[in-house]
Amino acid sequence: MTWIINNLDLIWGLTLEHIRLSIPPIVIGFLISIPLGWLAYRFKLTRGILLTLAGLLYTIPSLALFVILPPLLGISFLSELNITIALTLYAVAIMARSVADALASVDPAIRQSATAVGFGGWRRFWTVDFPLAGPVVLAGLRVAAVSTVSLVTVGILIGVQSLGYLFTNGFQRRILEEIFAGVVMTVIVALLIDRALVLLGRMLMPWTTVAKQKAPAPALEGAPA
Amino acid sequence: MNFLIEAVQWLFSPERLEGSNPIPLRLEEHLFYTFFSVIVAALIAIPLGFYIGHTGKGRDFAVGLSGAARALPSFGLILLLVLLIGVTQVQLQLAAITAFVLLAIPSILAGAYAGIEAVDRRVIDAARAVGMTEWQILWKVEVPLGLPLLIGGLRAATLQVVATATLAAYVGLGGLGIYIFRGLPLQRYDEMLGSALLIAALALVLDGIFALIQQFAVPRGVSAGRAKDVRTSSTRRRAVAAKPAQERRG
Amino acid sequence: MIEFRAVTKRFPDGTVAVEDFNLVIPSRKITVFVGSSGSGKTTLLRMINRMVDPTDGDIEIDGDSIMSKEPVALRRSIGYVMQNSGLLPHFKVIDNVTTVPMLNGVPKKQAREQALELLDTVGLSRSIADRYPSQLSGGQQQRVGVARGLAANPNILLMDEPFGAVDPIVRAELQQETIRLQHELDKTIVFVTHDIDEAFLLGDQVVILEKGAKIAQVGSPNEIMAAPASDFVANFIGTDRGKRALTLKKTEAGTILVDSEGRGAGVLVGGSESA
Repeated sequence: MTWIINNLDLIWGLTLEHIRLSIPPIVIGFLISIPLGWLAYRFKLTRGILLTLAGLLYTIPSLALFVILPPLLGISFLSELNITIALTLYAVAIMARSVADALASVDPAIRQSATAVGFGGWRRFWTVDFPLAGPVVLAGLRVAAVSTVSLVTVGILIGVQSLGYLFTNGFQRRILEEIFAGVVMTVIVALLIDRALVLLGRMLMPWTTVAKQKAPAPALEGAPA
Repeated sequence: MNFLIEAVQWLFSPERLEGSNPIPLRLEEHLFYTFFSVIVAALIAIPLGFYIGHTGKGRDFAVGLSGAARALPSFGLILLLVLLIGVTQVQLQLAAITAFVLLAIPSILAGAYAGIEAVDRRVIDAARAVGMTEWQILWKVEVPLGLPLLIGGLRAATLQVVATATLAAYVGLGGLGIYIFRGLPLQRYDEMLGSALLIAALALVLDGIFALIQQFAVPRGVSAGRAKDVRTSSTRRRAVAAKPAQERRG
Repeated sequence: MIEFRAVTKRFPDGTVAVEDFNLVIPSRKITVFVGSSGSGKTTLLRMINRMVDPTDGDIEIDGDSIMSKEPVALRRSIGYVMQNSGLLPHFKVIDNVTTVPMLNGVPKKQAREQALELLDTVGLSRSIADRYPSQLSGGQQQRVGVARGLAANPNILLMDEPFGAVDPIVRAELQQETIRLQHELDKTIVFVTHDIDEAFLLGDQVVILEKGAKIAQVGSPNEIMAAPASDFVANFIGTDRGKRALTLKKTEAGTILVDSEGRGAGVLVGGSESA
């Protein structure tokens, strides 16, 4: 524990830095995913293209992507921008699919009745489709957020400071505690952001918590004998 | 496009087959880490996942585990285990493989139990009603119908380990990541980019193979266009952990 | 003969689905449990093959308590047909029908032979044997479900709202088939439905159930219609209103039967009243 107690300032500073690095990819990725997800949901052609691209992109290991992106985009290899763009791409790869799935999960009867009472396309999307797709969108957002927080640590390999610093520094100096502190803090940051998203979801979609109170009783009565 | 050409030149230069770091050797290491870890993880996670999926017991534990695992930084985990276990080369490898196995388990576990859970409850009920034993229900009904999601879990786990094994070079364990770590301090961009492309290609190829297997794993009668017929959804929540494909890489 | 003796079923969550239920189900007849949802009719049915075990009481088949039997063996000896057919989606039609004989160790060739004959029996073409359930219509699937239920040549066939999910025309067809099969094969059929018309059409013995599987009335359709035991029964079968509350009405052209709304429902034939 001595190392941790002696380095609380360092850990705290890196934690804040880590959070600062995590937020832009999550937010920007989310904003980009909405139109892309809609395109993937709406048209068969764009669905195939977008989801395949997202799948391929998501397959590429992060360290490889950190190396491949800069020359393609003409940015510096050892830059924060590199990490931000790469992690935004991952976030989009996760969330565009979940937005598409979420929109597809909206009951068509509700959509039709909304049209029937006179909602126009754009209004209907924002007042009916998107809110109803909300829970599934949120699930995707949570996955993206948590994996972004975890991936930020890899950035230390190309010189971007985060809690990942505790991994490499701890490894070089062979201080187990330091790495351990890094792992634990990363998990804590991920869980805190996840928690925040859940709370935000509850605030914005109060109907989801009300509906969840009573789970539907299993239709198949009784346990197997 | 110069850098790309240089990277490809580096990749296909005859020198890549010789010296202390021939690509075939590093590729072999990378694949060994990947498959060995995924197999060990599968031996642990599949029986457990089947048990959870069939009985519904321990479901919350599995959901929690796969959620928490997503938050675990894989790079940190490797370094932690290496410091804990490793001094000799064998110990180092053991440490790294332990980390890979730990990282692979949640996806496979999720795939195994979500696959079984996604099977229509009425089908399982019918199988029980005609007199199948619990064991027969598992092997004749739940496993075949849940197979695509299980393969999906193995797919996610494999990609996860491929990605994490890239980081193993940092602790001197070889694998394809070695070129990136060697090129980094020397600013040898052709080497870094060339190997990054190779790693990406490896991941894409493995992903493609799994995608094919996954298609073949869908039982014939199910692919024969059933969706329109399914009215009521299964009573248990349908594959909430779902999408095992959405795991992060290292 | 199936006999329920003081059967009670309490689920772990405290709901009492069945309380002190007593009934004799005669052999080689169709007995129909009819009631609205929550009447416990499905629970009663599922107790017969031990898909649900009673908390109290006993069920006997031909004098032997089913509680002494091994559930899996018991289920293989009783046919079961359920709503949405419950066919295994990854088994071909023929493999679905042979499921139980194969589990019982009947040689494959023999099982297939019998299965093909069963397809004839339930009015299906043998050409569908190699299709998957998803390639069949709802009515066909239901027939395959019946064939599977009959495959082990059981004495008892349990049918749980088997025709609930098919359209009215196909349902009428399947109902007639059920009657025909019963005449041909002489099985003891226990049938669950929420549709009183279906119950009266199929049932030799109809059991009307109230909430908690309380028996409101047992009898043949004629007995029940002639003398509903309570307001609940009268209301449930609709003799107090609508198309079952018929009255004779003399019109200029002759005497007809009209329902409670005054709409013509038919004529009396063979009676002296007809014009």
